[in-house]
Amino acid sequence: MEQFLQIFQQLCFGCLLIAAGILIYNRVRFIRRNILLGKPEDRTDQPGKRWKTMALMALGQKQMFDRPFAGFMHFTIYIGFLLINLEVLEIVLDGILGTHRLFYSFLGEFYPFLIHFFELLALGVVFACAVFILRRNSKLVPRFQKPEMKGWPALDGNIILIWEIVLMFALFTMNATDSILQTRGDESTFVASHYPDAGKFAVSQLFIPIYEGLNTKALIYLERFSWWIHIIGIFAFAIYITYSKHLHIALAFPNTYFSDLKPKGEMDNMESVTKEVKIMLGMTNGNEGDLPADDAVGTFGAKDVTDLTWKNLLDAYSCTECGRCTSVCPANQTGKKLSPRKIMMDTRDRLEEVGHNIDEHGKNFEDGKSLYGDYTSKEELMACTTCNACVEACPININPLDIILQQRRYIAMEESSTPAAWNAMFSNIENNAAPWAFPPTDRFKWAEDLKNNGEG
Amino acid sequence: MSNTLNIPTMEEMAAKGQEPEILFWVGCAGSFDDRYKRVTIAFIKILNAVGINFAVLGPEETCTGDPARRAGNEFLFQMQAVSNIEVLNAYKIKKIVTACPHCFNTIKNEYPALGGNYEVIHHSQYLQQLIDSGKIKVKEGGEFKGKKITFHDSCYLGRANDIYEAPRKVLETLDADLVEMKNCKKNGLCCGAGGAQMFKDAEKGKKEINIKRTEEALSTGAKVIASGCPFCMTMLSDGVKNKEREKEVKVLDLAELIATANDL
Repeated sequence: MEQFLQIFQQLCFGCLLIAAGILIYNRVRFIRRNILLGKPEDRTDQPGKRWKTMALMALGQKQMFDRPFAGFMHFTIYIGFLLINLEVLEIVLDGILGTHRLFYSFLGEFYPFLIHFFELLALGVVFACAVFILRRNSKLVPRFQKPEMKGWPALDGNIILIWEIVLMFALFTMNATDSILQTRGDESTFVASHYPDAGKFAVSQLFIPIYEGLNTKALIYLERFSWWIHIIGIFAFAIYITYSKHLHIALAFPNTYFSDLKPKGEMDNMESVTKEVKIMLGMTNGNEGDLPADDAVGTFGAKDVTDLTWKNLLDAYSCTECGRCTSVCPANQTGKKLSPRKIMMDTRDRLEEVGHNIDEHGKNFEDGKSLYGDYTSKEELMACTTCNACVEACPININPLDIILQQRRYIAMEESSTPAAWNAMFSNIENNAAPWAFPPTDRFKWAEDLKNNGEG
Repeated sequence: MSNTLNIPTMEEMAAKGQEPEILFWVGCAGSFDDRYKRVTIAFIKILNAVGINFAVLGPEETCTGDPARRAGNEFLFQMQAVSNIEVLNAYKIKKIVTACPHCFNTIKNEYPALGGNYEVIHHSQYLQQLIDSGKIKVKEGGEFKGKKITFHDSCYLGRANDIYEAPRKVLETLDADLVEMKNCKKNGLCCGAGGAQMFKDAEKGKKEINIKRTEEALSTGAKVIASGCPFCMTMLSDGVKNKEREKEVKVLDLAELIATANDL
């Protein structure tokens, strides 16, 4: 009977692993395809600097510690996630091979020590997740209460945190029942051979009194049940994050590697405009072939997500909606509609929509919607002071400003609907060579006045 | 010495076959804005006093195009940039100093893509160099000795170009009591004028950004708010006036502080 159950479990596990693999693979392919809908941009220069940025920002989480408390709590969950994955490896191998605590036979004395350590980490994760749930759902941290967080984004954040706590408790239950079963070897040869004597563990031993009264059969079922909950939970979590804001756990790494390494103040030059300008100024010397090739100019600036670069789109999928950008935004702080986090969320939501449109209706399907207009509004985009506070604040080097400015280019050059005051500034620059309406002949007047009034 | 202030233009220099060591890029605010003209003159006084071989473009200078680009008008920006680069390259300019972080950022970071390659330094960096090399010596017990001064980081100098220390080093020579605002350096709060906001009204909100920043500056108890940017200067001066504190609290540029401390 036990033999049969064992093989049945192995089969179930194999099917589950394959199903989860397929679902995740399809989702990853969908996301990758969507990101590559963006315009090309070379982000492969200076590999040394890029590896270093990734090591500091993603692996080392340097910027998270700008806010020490949240940084430390986050680091606990991060380390817990990374190291407990070693145990998940054991669980997966046990699942496939039909073994139990496979690593115990290799690691011997070291094995209980490892499990002690994992359990302490798991306790840390539970604590940090509980603190995060409190922070998210109280008024303590205003950035979690902004309008763009209402509804699904708030629920998404809570689901993930609760999920992580449930996973940790499944782990504790599994280990606690296991520890009890180790002492019941005299009841059956299966129990004696199946549960190696790894002992009690740091945290789960506290749960032993709860389960000790159960008979051996019930304990085996509970141990199995927790084991399955834990591993199904992990597979489901892996699938879920590809639909949620939580993708940063993977994308933080490529996103920081492909960071913008230029000074933050530099805006990218639009080659398509340079060509027009040089023709207008008669600077082509009759040889327009010297100028960058006119590869289907398309729209100036960005109206939809496909007008953005692939890095803008990777940024959007990497954003975990922490809102540090929004909390430092001067426009947002003074009650304007602009929120850099919302710009990132809008970009991702629209990109998902475009992706589904392609899958359902083919590559050239137009749904009559766009990022600018249907997701972002002129009022938001116009409120930006380009101060780079949002860019500086992001722990994984996301750049909301670039997406804002590309949409402003669309508003100015395609839609010609910039505010009247800006239009006046434009014509002042054109006519007076200054943004104000002073006559250009007065530009050097300050020096003449200085000589004339003798003040010097 | 005031009558001997020398302000040579590139045109004059080129006619005499001379080359300046630096080109002082005055900028639109430095040329037209009554308040910022005083900063231009203060910097000119320092250059004269130290005996720097400099020139200005004078009537040949035009807007760098920064506000047009940030407002989304790439055409207008590039028109300005390309014609400015033509002038600068014709004079074979190598080194540019400017008192405007927006001009600084644009010429330094954005002109190279259009063929304009120069060494560009902000006047805070240049003043620091002059102090480090001993060319500027602030006399003992100057006007600002012991006075509370706070420095407002301009976004285009700070986060945009990671220049945080130069302006503070300049202020240190004043022997003043330097105090930092709650949000400073990389966390500095914008004055509200960047990204072409200088040239339009703010969107609907609860408060003006410059008022919020001025409140942060005033809460340090500083008697001088030091700045290195014409837009910040306007926004913070307006903020101080709005709070009716303009009698006791002055908004001054780094060049003005150094010039005043040296009785220039």
